[in-house]
Amino acid sequence: MGDQVKSKGLSRRRFIGTLGGGVIFVVGAWKLAPDLFLDEDGTPIKTSSEFEGQKVSVWVQIHEDDWITIYNPSSEMGQGSMTALAVIIAEELDADWSKVTIEQSSTEPDIYGIGWGGRGRGTMITVGSRTVMSYYNNLRQAGAQARYVLLHTAAESLGVPVSELSTEPNKVIHKESGKVMSFGELAKLVKPMDDVPEIPQEQLKNPKDFRLIGKLGNRFDIPSKCDGSAQYAIDVQVPDMVYAVIARSPVHGAKPTLTNESEIRNTPGVVDIVALDHGIGLITTTLELALTTQPKLRVDWSSGNTADDFNSVKAYDSYPEVADKEISSGDVINALRSGVKSYKSDYLNDFVYHAQQEPMNAVVSFSEDGQSAEAWVGTQAPGGNRNAIANVLGIDVSKVKFHRTYLGGGFGRKATSDWVVEAAHLAKAVRKPVKLVWTREDDLQYGMFRPQSLQRMEASVDSSNNLIGWKHIIVGTGDRLMGTGSETQYYSIPNQHIEVRNIDHGVRTKHWRAVGHGPNKFAIESFIDEIATDLGIDPLDFRLDLMKDFPRAQKVIKTVAEMADWGSSSPSGRAKGIAFAERSGSLAACVCELSVDASSGRIIVHKIWAALDAGIVVQPDNAIAQMEGGILMGMSSVLKESVTFKDGKVEQSNFHDYNILRIDEVPDVLEVKIIDSEERPTGIGESGVPIIGGAIANAFASLTGKRLKHIPFTPAKVKSVL
Amino acid sequence: MADFTLKINGNTRTADVDPMTPILWVLREHLGLTGTKYGCGKAICGSCTIHLNGTPIRACVTPVSACMSGEITTIEGLSENCDHPLQQAWIEAQVPQCGYCQSGQIMQAVSLLKNNPNPSREEIKSNMSGNLCRCAAYMRIIKAVEIVAKES
Repeated sequence: MGDQVKSKGLSRRRFIGTLGGGVIFVVGAWKLAPDLFLDEDGTPIKTSSEFEGQKVSVWVQIHEDDWITIYNPSSEMGQGSMTALAVIIAEELDADWSKVTIEQSSTEPDIYGIGWGGRGRGTMITVGSRTVMSYYNNLRQAGAQARYVLLHTAAESLGVPVSELSTEPNKVIHKESGKVMSFGELAKLVKPMDDVPEIPQEQLKNPKDFRLIGKLGNRFDIPSKCDGSAQYAIDVQVPDMVYAVIARSPVHGAKPTLTNESEIRNTPGVVDIVALDHGIGLITTTLELALTTQPKLRVDWSSGNTADDFNSVKAYDSYPEVADKEISSGDVINALRSGVKSYKSDYLNDFVYHAQQEPMNAVVSFSEDGQSAEAWVGTQAPGGNRNAIANVLGIDVSKVKFHRTYLGGGFGRKATSDWVVEAAHLAKAVRKPVKLVWTREDDLQYGMFRPQSLQRMEASVDSSNNLIGWKHIIVGTGDRLMGTGSETQYYSIPNQHIEVRNIDHGVRTKHWRAVGHGPNKFAIESFIDEIATDLGIDPLDFRLDLMKDFPRAQKVIKTVAEMADWGSSSPSGRAKGIAFAERSGSLAACVCELSVDASSGRIIVHKIWAALDAGIVVQPDNAIAQMEGGILMGMSSVLKESVTFKDGKVEQSNFHDYNILRIDEVPDVLEVKIIDSEERPTGIGESGVPIIGGAIANAFASLTGKRLKHIPFTPAKVKSVL
Repeated sequence: MADFTLKINGNTRTADVDPMTPILWVLREHLGLTGTKYGCGKAICGSCTIHLNGTPIRACVTPVSACMSGEITTIEGLSENCDHPLQQAWIEAQVPQCGYCQSGQIMQAVSLLKNNPNPSREEIKSNMSGNLCRCAAYMRIIKAVEIVAKES
């Protein structure tokens, strides 16, 4: 790589290398899969001029030189679905993977939507480990339809029936005559077809015949992430670009009044000052000027906000009273009262911050004539972002050209539009391209957090040690964000009551990798262990019994128990703990082995084993990488992470006081096993997060006889229970 | 403001900036070398790690005026075709997830192996502990460094 300024968008280097030289014939998308351009009444879907002008196909372009371009509709934030989706198409197309390149699709939800509500429907959004499972059937179909066109083209060219043709990677073969045509040759001959039918399920590949799914190792994006060429939104540079930072409300809801506007405006290099509802936008000619001027903004903030007096630590004191309020379900009340033994336990978890390594940022440009806009964003929600920009600027969405870049982490934070809306307001004021950058301090102090909550667990058992009643009350701020993962659908427990009781503290909350599953599964798996321990039953056996109606779940936990040699005792000073969780349809279980440094109070996790059943896994090595990352990010949240509020203000400001896991804290062993399956694919990216909290808490209890019930398990908390 | 002449990846580059401007912004916004990333601005996370005269520094807190007399190397200057042994090991071990921190991780690892071609796992962990990875690709970072250490 030289030092030249890189081109815009994703790294182009690899594409140029593969496509370079010669004119490339493009197979028009409408020829490959015309139904994708029709709505349910058969009316062609209107696409933007941007899309038509690019002459791209919907999912696949086959070039005369035999190279294949596959379009990626998902947001690549590290989870690898950019490659996985292309693998699915390539599989049914029977593409030679070594000749495949991947490019970002345009932001056209009507065409590239995630398919919730039918193919080509739903917005473009990458959340909840949903990408592969949501696109899987549609993209198999897209690949198979592209293959159909090539087969028919070959049949006509060779003068043989389609039924006599087969494919090998990038080749159509007529066995009888021994004739072979490459996809590249066929690309020259493809003619428009009036209709490409839906390929029946039985004509799709049998999973046993997969060449790529479940086999392919390497991710497409990785080389560009090893030489600095991968482009994130923060890397984008366009001509005449100006820079912006915003001074945002220290207390959520507070409105700004800038008291030294003329002084700031007189600073050389300051382009504009833009008052927003929640802050003061500062636009300058250079980023360094924006950053050095930001602290000089003197802003008075309005009071009277819900969060004005919010103290997150004190707030916990009010939660038990809310949890105490009786429920109305007579069956559950009776079951809890009639047990031979009953249990009650409270668990707590602090707010946590996404801490994605790339702080929020966006480049938005508004044309001087006010008619059109262009945006470059690393986002989980391009569909929603594009609409939001159009709304702010008062133009039709088709006039917003939207470029999707790589994301330097998302974890749920980038599945909204707040920061893109800010950038649009700033661009509207100056009618120029504006690069809005959040500092790390901005990103943390105006963050949106996984809710703080109290988990009130109650249960009862009969004389045969069967759970007969179960009550789980969640109290905190963040409403439905707190409910996910509270179900125990793989444990057969009658008489259950699960309820979220929300208190509005007036602070910003958001989905955080696995959402409520982190706190809820920690509480559930800890509580199950408490009960098993009290009953003198091995925690593995206790869970296996609860899972007796779910052999698939049993297999997952048995697998991890074998990996960890569960029955054997740990070396002196160490102990193991086990936990199970489902997330996004996948089943995962974890065993960890840890020790405690009693003098410092530090928990040292030595070994982690995990098993995952995610149905058909498109990219097994990437699935393992996701499990490793999810488990360690989960461990980070369980051992270290805490956002606290005082007088409505976030008390932490950067990585010195918001600690995340560092490399010297990882275990010696982190072993993940993917269970073979031909079931439909389910979510992977978040599956590691929910299993680690319970495993650590249970190992700690096994080692010390004491329970840690408040995430994070900081050294101070560890020492206080010991 | 003043013109600064800098030696970057073997080339001479100039930028007209305030002397206190962190070299990070000079590289990224003035010279278009965007492989080096902003993560914290306080030398806590390591995403902006570059080399000055072969020594890893945090570009986010190093003023441009402190870089004038030295040779700067960024991720873009590490190799021509992503073929530095550590870059190859990074691909072999499939290290990056979101990838945002990886330029800094690789630059830190290059320096580690230059000074200690065969580090123990504890030495790897200790030397790399200033580089945060929120995706927590740490197991594979260790694996990649060990691949190269073994080969040496």
